[in-house]
Amino acid sequence: MDLSAINPVLLIASLMVSATPILLAAIGETVVEKAGVLNLGVEGMMITGAVIGFAVAINSGSPPLGFICAAVAGAALSLSFGFLTQVLLANQVATGLGLTLVGLGLSALIGKPYEGMKSPTLPALDIPGLSDIPVLGPIVFSHDPMVYVSLALVFAVWAVLKYSRAGLILRGVGENHDAAHALGYKVIRIRLLAIMFGGACAGLGGAYLSLVRVPQWTEGMTAGAGWIALAIVVFGSWKPLRVLIGAYLFGGVTVLQLNLQAAGVAIPVEYLSMSPYLITIAVLVFISARGAQAAPASLGRIFHASS
Amino acid sequence: MTQTLLSLDGVTKAYPGVVANDNVALQIRHGAVHALLGENGAGKSTLVKMIYGLIKPDSGTMTLVGHLYAPPEPRAARAAGVAMVFQHFSLFNALSVAENIALGMESPPPQRDLAEQIKTVSANYGLPLDPYRTVGNLSAGERQRVEIIRCLLQNPKLLIMDEPTSVLTPQEVEILFTTLKKLSAEGTAILYISHKLDEIRQICDQATILRRGKNVGHCHPAETTARDLAEMMVGTSFTSPTRQSREIGDDILHLNDLSLPAPSAFGTALKQINLTVKAGEIIGIGGVAGNGQDELLSALSGEVKTTAGSIVFNGQAIGDQPPGSRRSLRVFSAPEERLGHAAVPDMSLTENTLISTTNQKDMIRNGFINWPKARAFAEQVIEAFDVRTPGPGSAAQSLSGGNLQKFVIGREVMQAPHLLVVNQPTWGVDAAAAAAIRQALLDLAQSGAAVIVISQDLDELLEICDYFGALNAGSLSEIRPIEGLKMDQIGLMMGGADSAEVPQ
Amino acid sequence: MIRLEKRLQPSRTLTSLTPILAVILTMIIGGLMFALLGKPPFESIRIIFWDPLFNPQFAAYSRPQLLIKAAPLILIAIGLSIGFRAGIWNIGAEGQYIIGAICGAGMGLAFYPADLFIIFPLMVITGAFGGWAWAMIPALLKTRFGTNEILVSLMLVYVAESLLASVSSGLLKNPDGMGFPGSRNLQQYPAAANTELFTNTGMHWGVVACFIAVIFAYVVLTRHLQGFHIRLTGQAPRAARFAGVNPHRVTILCLGISGALAGMAGLFEVAGPAGQITIDFNTGYGFTAIIVAFLGRLHPMGIVLAGLLMALTYIGGELAQLMLGLPGASIQLFQGMLLFFLLATDVFTHYRIRIGEA
Repeated sequence: MDLSAINPVLLIASLMVSATPILLAAIGETVVEKAGVLNLGVEGMMITGAVIGFAVAINSGSPPLGFICAAVAGAALSLSFGFLTQVLLANQVATGLGLTLVGLGLSALIGKPYEGMKSPTLPALDIPGLSDIPVLGPIVFSHDPMVYVSLALVFAVWAVLKYSRAGLILRGVGENHDAAHALGYKVIRIRLLAIMFGGACAGLGGAYLSLVRVPQWTEGMTAGAGWIALAIVVFGSWKPLRVLIGAYLFGGVTVLQLNLQAAGVAIPVEYLSMSPYLITIAVLVFISARGAQAAPASLGRIFHASS
Repeated sequence: MTQTLLSLDGVTKAYPGVVANDNVALQIRHGAVHALLGENGAGKSTLVKMIYGLIKPDSGTMTLVGHLYAPPEPRAARAAGVAMVFQHFSLFNALSVAENIALGMESPPPQRDLAEQIKTVSANYGLPLDPYRTVGNLSAGERQRVEIIRCLLQNPKLLIMDEPTSVLTPQEVEILFTTLKKLSAEGTAILYISHKLDEIRQICDQATILRRGKNVGHCHPAETTARDLAEMMVGTSFTSPTRQSREIGDDILHLNDLSLPAPSAFGTALKQINLTVKAGEIIGIGGVAGNGQDELLSALSGEVKTTAGSIVFNGQAIGDQPPGSRRSLRVFSAPEERLGHAAVPDMSLTENTLISTTNQKDMIRNGFINWPKARAFAEQVIEAFDVRTPGPGSAAQSLSGGNLQKFVIGREVMQAPHLLVVNQPTWGVDAAAAAAIRQALLDLAQSGAAVIVISQDLDELLEICDYFGALNAGSLSEIRPIEGLKMDQIGLMMGGADSAEVPQ
Repeated sequence: MIRLEKRLQPSRTLTSLTPILAVILTMIIGGLMFALLGKPPFESIRIIFWDPLFNPQFAAYSRPQLLIKAAPLILIAIGLSIGFRAGIWNIGAEGQYIIGAICGAGMGLAFYPADLFIIFPLMVITGAFGGWAWAMIPALLKTRFGTNEILVSLMLVYVAESLLASVSSGLLKNPDGMGFPGSRNLQQYPAAANTELFTNTGMHWGVVACFIAVIFAYVVLTRHLQGFHIRLTGQAPRAARFAGVNPHRVTILCLGISGALAGMAGLFEVAGPAGQITIDFNTGYGFTAIIVAFLGRLHPMGIVLAGLLMALTYIGGELAQLMLGLPGASIQLFQGMLLFFLLATDVFTHYRIRIGEA
């Protein structure tokens, strides 16, 4: 067992990379849930984004194009969920699960020919001078662009929700959709837009896995990342900045346990690989024990305009 | 100015099975306080939703300040100068007053300016508001203020108010009327929907009466007696409940310092409630919504458990018992919310009988349900309480409000309770059904049961109760006999004044 | 303008018709999908739905497979449906299935090589217990702390899979297995085997348990007060409390039942068709059972039919993989689409279309 092989600076840098896909999916789902919709299909949208991003990147040679197409694919898939739950008033839990299954099956199908291939990936930032600063260099200045995009997205969502009119309307819809409707706001339209935003973000998260983090395509490669993202939204009490902390915390645990495995720590591999999930459960319990009052009041409830 | 501000001509709106508005004509003058009168189900809400742009009329025209007026949505109505304060507020509990008001406006100014405007305007009209408070923490009267200020900030020409005083204490009603008079003097017309005749006579210049969707008359309320107004509203006369003298028995219920913590962030705690009820008595508990009514009913029904000794029934401490065992002791209750609490919308009336019966009527044996017996019981209730429905297999949501309420109350009454607690028994119910329900409560007391009626409708309480107390912020005032109790005394009791200060 | 208007009474006829409609729509869209993949659409659909049952070349092999695959699905789905009716979403049945299998198999292997009549029944009970206990984790966390059972039960699936990997190479590893991971083969240990009761029908003890569960669920849901309370909790929680239903008891009961049934299904599988505890003996029945539950409209009889249909898609899918080179994942997609179409057509049971002005 060689714990000294674990470098804390690299640990922190790699946890940011590890957390990014989940962060992207979680911040998208935060917006969706703030609008009052519970979309359990995050896993399906992420993996669809992963396969589409991968396929496009290989065929076009351009990873940025892959990311864009992944976002579009995620949004398109989420639209099916949106249509079923907002227009056809279907049960959100069942539809979300269906979306996950459809996403998993569809992606496996599309990804078949691409298994085993290697895609072009995003280059990491390499700013001469800044990237060489010890400690801060690797942690802050040496990541690939998507890490910065994800952070920017978190701050953008935070600012829009808190300070803009669109954010206020979204929060109102999530708080009391009947009142919002009575005031003349188009609840269904707003929710569909939020759902598509969530889908796009999940798609980006998935593409990050297949294009940067792994980077390869394998069937089912998200391995529960979408579910973790859902848990992190709850952990963050639907507040963007706390979601960021939650994602990084989870990323940290994941990376730590991998490092411990590699260092030959005496704990069996299986127990180490369980740890992120167990810790997520513990965190969820902690949050709910404190009283999860922060949930948007309309979350998961079906809206039917019966004026 | 006495020109016409808003004119409706031949406005009609029909839904499957019912004509909500039938060829209605109406004229509202600038600066007038115009009442729209009618009992529940007369078509007032539908008419007003058309004026506000939420619904489109099937036929007929509307004219505003001489121009054709057909708002496709509330936004257009607001832009034209029509504002509305709904009976059920469109407020967002978790957001602040300023945010709520901003959501109700087209293009609100930046938050800081808006906050200043709110402070100024609200103080100006005698309805002070703190823009940064969370709406969920406000009282019902304060929440109404948010709705009103939201309307006033848009400088409306016409302000529509739908049953505004149902959530106000008598003192708050006075404040509201002062505000409305000020608005009227400044030229804002007010369309005041209500079924409270005394208030309409106090504040309105004009009144239009609707009955079953038709405009059946127009008058000056101040010059018309309440009785004439009532007759125009209801049409046929129905028997008012008859009060007979009743034999009062022993003490049957004692509430001893009943206290409960608030159930949620926006609920009300109960604070040391003391009450004694004798068999054959009807106790009325008044108070505006949000002062602990639901919580009191939950404590009495057993949905929320408390210390055993705080509720003593027939000598037995039952405060910690669940609803099932209380029903075995013949303690029954009827909550305020018909659909979702007292009855399940998608279930049939037969299934709904199972909600509040346990082993009575032999419907349950060893845990197994005897469906024929349940159905028979449902049929008995439908028959005895004149519930208009195709049969016990109909879903609860298919019944009208009045009929469902008759079923719900009937279900409890027909199990021969020794104690019955009801919360808002005639809320949103048409006059005939309301009279039938009140008579049923009187008959129940006549047969020796104790009845507690929790209601916001003071007229109702004065009509059928022997004693009156008021709930204010979770505390119960002193209980006083109804005989000789005056409105201002009631107002003070509801406002929480010490009973020693109430003039005798 | 097209609008949805809530029906006064949910439509009875449509409740039974919509699943059939959903299946037909899925076949059509599925056929289109296959055509896009370059496979002949009609033939593909035929291979999946018709051949396993009726084609003389395959039926003899496929038909018994139907019960073998349907039984665990139905058993788990019955348990899930009771919870879903109460609004309790047990998404982690796969985890309870795994843990039940581990516990039950472990119990059996502990007796090896004894030959006692009591061993198999004990294994079944232990399997049920294992699944029950695993489901008690989200149940207790929900009743005690209000934690969302969807996320907890799901996280526990991943934990269960890790445990499975651990015991396959550790605790339950076959000492005579020449170093390969995986437990002893239970099919070769007569006292512990889940044998076929009637040859070539695929009917093993799991199928028997399944029938019992279906009858039990039907009686409880339609005739027993507890079943009524469960339905009440799901439809109107406030009315349920008013009726005196204790929501914590309902949570624990529902999660307990679904966990126990899933655990039993796991044991029957591992002592039967799968034969041994291996890292990947679980094939996603816990998740597919969710679709079966919804497709069967949460009704015991419907679940039987839905379970048989899903089993058919599994078998047909394997056949299509063999005959047409269709990727295995297309069946998962098929199943997801089936759920989607069911949810889409479901709207018409509760709402009616109105065309015209608001």
